[in-house]
Amino acid sequence: MEYLSIIFQEVYKILFLLIPVLVAVAMIVWLDRRVWAFVQKRQGPNVVGPFGLLQSLADALKYIFKEIIIPASSNKIIFILAPIITMTLALIAWAVIPFGEEQVLANINVGILYIFAVSSLGVYGIIMGGWASNSKYPFLGSIRSAAQMVSYEVSIGIIIINVLLCAGSLNLNDIVIAQKKIWFVIPLFPMFVIFFISALAETNRPPFDLPEAEAELVAGYQTEYSGMMYAMFWLGEYANILLMCALGSILFLGGWLSPIDLYPFNLIPSAIWLIFKILFLFILFALVKAIVPRYRYDQLMRLGWKIFLPLSLTYVVLTASYLYYFNLLPKI
Amino acid sequence: MIAHAIFFYTFSLIAVISAIMVTVSKNTVHSVFFLILDFISISCLFIMIGAEFLGMIMLIVYVGAVAVLFLFVVMMLNVAQQKNQWFISTTSSKHIPVGIIISTLIFFELIIVIGGWKYKPDLFNSNNLDITSEVSNTHSLGQVLYTDYIHVFQISGMILLIAMIGAIVLTFRKREGVKKQSYIKQISRERSEGVEVLEVPSNKGVKIDD
Repeated sequence: MEYLSIIFQEVYKILFLLIPVLVAVAMIVWLDRRVWAFVQKRQGPNVVGPFGLLQSLADALKYIFKEIIIPASSNKIIFILAPIITMTLALIAWAVIPFGEEQVLANINVGILYIFAVSSLGVYGIIMGGWASNSKYPFLGSIRSAAQMVSYEVSIGIIIINVLLCAGSLNLNDIVIAQKKIWFVIPLFPMFVIFFISALAETNRPPFDLPEAEAELVAGYQTEYSGMMYAMFWLGEYANILLMCALGSILFLGGWLSPIDLYPFNLIPSAIWLIFKILFLFILFALVKAIVPRYRYDQLMRLGWKIFLPLSLTYVVLTASYLYYFNLLPKI
Repeated sequence: MIAHAIFFYTFSLIAVISAIMVTVSKNTVHSVFFLILDFISISCLFIMIGAEFLGMIMLIVYVGAVAVLFLFVVMMLNVAQQKNQWFISTTSSKHIPVGIIISTLIFFELIIVIGGWKYKPDLFNSNNLDITSEVSNTHSLGQVLYTDYIHVFQISGMILLIAMIGAIVLTFRKREGVKKQSYIKQISRERSEGVEVLEVPSNKGVKIDD
């Protein structure tokens, strides 16, 4: 009986996090399309529901009722597994995101490494989908994305080291609390910019959406997918984008801390602040999508390996020496 | 404890079965996927004994980077179509004895290493190593790695760097007549050097050299 009640409690907690995340993903797709439309002086989706808010639900219904086509020459098990893996990996990372001092599903010691590991596993959904389709465009798209995501993970990892030097802990909650005096975006501003661009590349967003460059590769790794399986890739992609925004706001924008630690602002629940910060970063993501043209592949690789990697490595040395010289290293 | 045992046996069963499947499966890409499954279950086992840092690093380095490159290479080589023949064929089995010799060698080496570990308790008595629940194992690992074993640590990093440079040098070749794009040139181009306005006399034309 005791075990059962523990399991029920955990399932309840997980659902309490998971359902808002899924709803948020649906809403964020709408927001993305709206922002994109407004930049280009269009209306965007505004028909279904008030302001078109129910557009994503309508899309989801459409996807559910569409037929799932599995290519005859594909590797069926891996073909079906790929979207499931993408979506699962995008959702399990949310377990360690702190929404408040106590409001976290799993307050583990190595939270940041966990997120990094899960986001680095995300490449498998794409590779598996591209390979199992047994067709040229998906395969080329997946090979591109594998190279791209592995390269940009390196620079994200080194940027995380910068933050860890200042925070002195791998626990996400401790990283947030370490920013009580000053948000890391101020001393580490160059790293924030590089993190933002690397996050764009890591989540295959424009201008780095080469794995699905529709002009050259039709839709990259998603070409052979249809119906609900395509929708799962899509949901996974947006959940990953939200996760990157959450990671950016925890590492640099003070996570769930309120920007002004004074009376009326203290009353607002910490989760609201985090959501605002995530939304702010997401709108930046959407603006970039609308404004910037797509990179060429060799330019992308050059940016990752020849500019971001040396720059962030140099900044690690600078941060470490500064903290050591002024005796500011965090005490453990 | 029961839950712990259930998890332990699940993960170790998956690890052993997928390790067997790596060698048995006929499709090379499937082998790599089983290898990834093996890595993941091993890192779960690491996390279960409390070595969460090691488990996560295992996931990041082996699954996130090394296995991706494996997959990359295996897919590019297009060995998916070549079925693994020697497991089925009985005629050409020259490499099986070699494989058996090497695997017995590795097996005995493992026995020696593990046996030596068991009978040399000093190995655990490193100066700064204290396993307590208060200090997180990331912290204690850093304490040992950057004090007692700093030289070994640095040397292993150097070896990896040399391996990388060696691989680049071995595969790097300069080809003649390949057009390259210089970003600095592209950016610093101005209108005066790119565009030339010519008077074109009718019925004669002009000669443009390019």
